[in-house]
Amino acid sequence: MDRSRPLLIGLSALTALGVGCACLLGTTPMSAGDVLAALTGTGAAGNQVVIWQIRLPRALAAFAVGAALGASGAALQGLLRNPLAEPGVLGVSAMAALGATLVLFSGAALAPAWAVPVAATVGALVATALLTAAAVRTRSTVTLILVGVGLSSFAAAAMSLLMNLAPHPFSLADMINWMLGTVANRSFADLALCLPLMLAGLLVLYASRRGLSALTLGDEAAAGIGLNLRRQRQLVILGAGLATGSAVALAGAVGFVGIVAPHLVRPWVRYDPARTLVPSALLGGVILVCADIALRLIPTPNELMLGVVAALIGAPCFVWIAMQRRALHD
Amino acid sequence: MTELVITQATVRAGDAALVRDASFRFSGGELVVLLGPNGAGKTTLLRAALGLTALTQGSATLDGVATQTLPAAARARAVAYLPQQRPLAWPAPVRDVIALGRYAHGAAVGRLGALDTKAVDEALAACDLAPFAQRATDQLSGGEQARVHFARALAAQTPLLIADEPVAALDPYHQLRVMNLIRDYVQAGGGALVVLHDIALAARFADRLLWMRQGEIKASGTVAETLTEDRLAEIYRVTARVRGTEIDILDAL
Repeated sequence: MDRSRPLLIGLSALTALGVGCACLLGTTPMSAGDVLAALTGTGAAGNQVVIWQIRLPRALAAFAVGAALGASGAALQGLLRNPLAEPGVLGVSAMAALGATLVLFSGAALAPAWAVPVAATVGALVATALLTAAAVRTRSTVTLILVGVGLSSFAAAAMSLLMNLAPHPFSLADMINWMLGTVANRSFADLALCLPLMLAGLLVLYASRRGLSALTLGDEAAAGIGLNLRRQRQLVILGAGLATGSAVALAGAVGFVGIVAPHLVRPWVRYDPARTLVPSALLGGVILVCADIALRLIPTPNELMLGVVAALIGAPCFVWIAMQRRALHD
Repeated sequence: MTELVITQATVRAGDAALVRDASFRFSGGELVVLLGPNGAGKTTLLRAALGLTALTQGSATLDGVATQTLPAAARARAVAYLPQQRPLAWPAPVRDVIALGRYAHGAAVGRLGALDTKAVDEALAACDLAPFAQRATDQLSGGEQARVHFARALAAQTPLLIADEPVAALDPYHQLRVMNLIRDYVQAGGGALVVLHDIALAARFADRLLWMRQGEIKASGTVAETLTEDRLAEIYRVTARVRGTEIDILDAL
C-alpha cells in the first residue's frame, strides 16, 4: 500500500512540532505563551531576542541542513543504486568543507560573504562528479565506497595542511567545526546566504525524481525504458552538489543523516526512489532539529557538536544497513 | 509499420571490431532470433541498433530516423528493450516494476494515468502475474522475475521488442512460458528480436534466424534454410546432427 501521503502529513506535523520545541526548550525558561508572543513580535524584548536571534534561526538551520542532506542521500542512493551512498560516507561533505576552508585560508577578510557557500558547493560538485564517474566505470559498490574514503582522507589531509600553513590563527577548533558540524550561533543572515543555493539544489533533485525510479532497473534497462542517463547523472550531481555544499557551508560536515532518513522512509513509499525524496528531506530535517535540541539540553561541560550526535546515532545504522545487504547486489 | 533497419553497421572499440558490417531489418509480425557464441558481438549489435552504442560506420534507423539522434523516450515508445537481467536495486512491488515500463509515456510509478493503469493491468494479466502484483520482486523465483521483466516491456505497448537472453538461467518450463509470451506478442502484430543460446528453442520459435560470429552476421534466413550441420560447425564449433528442427549436439570441434 502506498502510504506516502500520510507519511508526508505526519512528517510535516513533526517538523512543526520539532521547530516549536526547539523554540520552547533551552537554558532561558519560557512558556509556550511566551514563545508565541515572541514569535508574533509582542512578547518581552528579551524573549524576542532569544527566539528571533538564537533559537529560531538555529532550529531552521538544523532543519535546512538535515533536509538538504536527507534529499541528497536519497538522490545519490537512487542514482548509484546503493543504500549506503550518502554525502558524508562518500566524502562529498568533506570535500565541501575543504572548499570552504580554502576560501577562509586564502583571506577571509577579503573574500565576500557568498564565497564560502560557493566554494563549499564547488568542492561538493567535484566530489559528486568524481564519484559518478567512478560508478559508471566500475559498477562496484566497494570501489565506490573506497573512492569516498579516499576523498574524505584527502580532504582531511588537505585541511590539516591548510591549518599548518595558515598565516592567521586558524585553530584546531575551526577545523573541528568544519569536520563535525554545528548549527550553534547561526543567524538569519547565515541562512539567507546558503538557502538560495540549497533550494536550487533541492529543486534540481526534485526534477530528477522520475529518472531515479527508472534507475531501479539498472542503468541498461533504465536507458531501455527511455531514460536519458547522461542528463540524469548531471542533474543528480548538480542537485546533490548544490544541496550538500550549501548545507556544509551552513553547518559543517554532518554525517549519516542522508543514510538514516531514506532508509526509514523507503518501506513507506514502496521502495520508489522518486517518492523517497521529499519525505527523506523532511525526516532528515526533523532528525537534526531533534538532535540539536538534545545536545542543547544534555548538560555537558562543553556543548556537544551536532555532527557528533548525528554520527553516534547514524554510524551504527550505517553498519547495520551494510550488514543487511546481500552480496548478490554487488 | 515501424521498422528497424541496420545497414553495414560497424562498432569498434580501440583496434577491435566488436561488430563488423552487419545489416538486417525487422518489423512487426516477425520473431527473429539472434544466435552466436559468447563474445560474438550480439549484445553490442543490439545496443548499436537501439542507439545506445555509437556506430563507427553504417547506420541504424527507426522508420528512417537514426536511433542515436532520437530522444530516448521517443525511441523507447517504439522499441522495448529487455537487457540481460540484473537484480533490482530495491525490493519494489511487482506492479510498480511493471509500471516503470510506462516511463517513456510520461508516467510516474506513484501516479499512473488511466491509459497507463490499463496497460499495466493488461501486462500483469498476460504474464499471469496478477496474484503477485503486490509481492516484493526480490521474493519471486527466477522464472517469475523473468516474467516481471517481460511484463514491464509489454506494458510499454511498443510495436517492436528487443530482448537479450530473456530465458537465460531458466528451467525448461519457464523458458517455454517466456517464449510463448514472446510468440503471443508477435502474433498480436509485434516484431521481436531475441538473443538465445538454446538452438533447439530458437528453431522451435523463430521465423528467421540471424547467425553471428566474430562480429559478423554470417547467415540470415528461416530455420529450414539456415539450420544445418555445417552452420553449427562454422558458428559454434560443434559437430551436430540436424533433422528438421531436431538437433543433437555431439561434440566440440
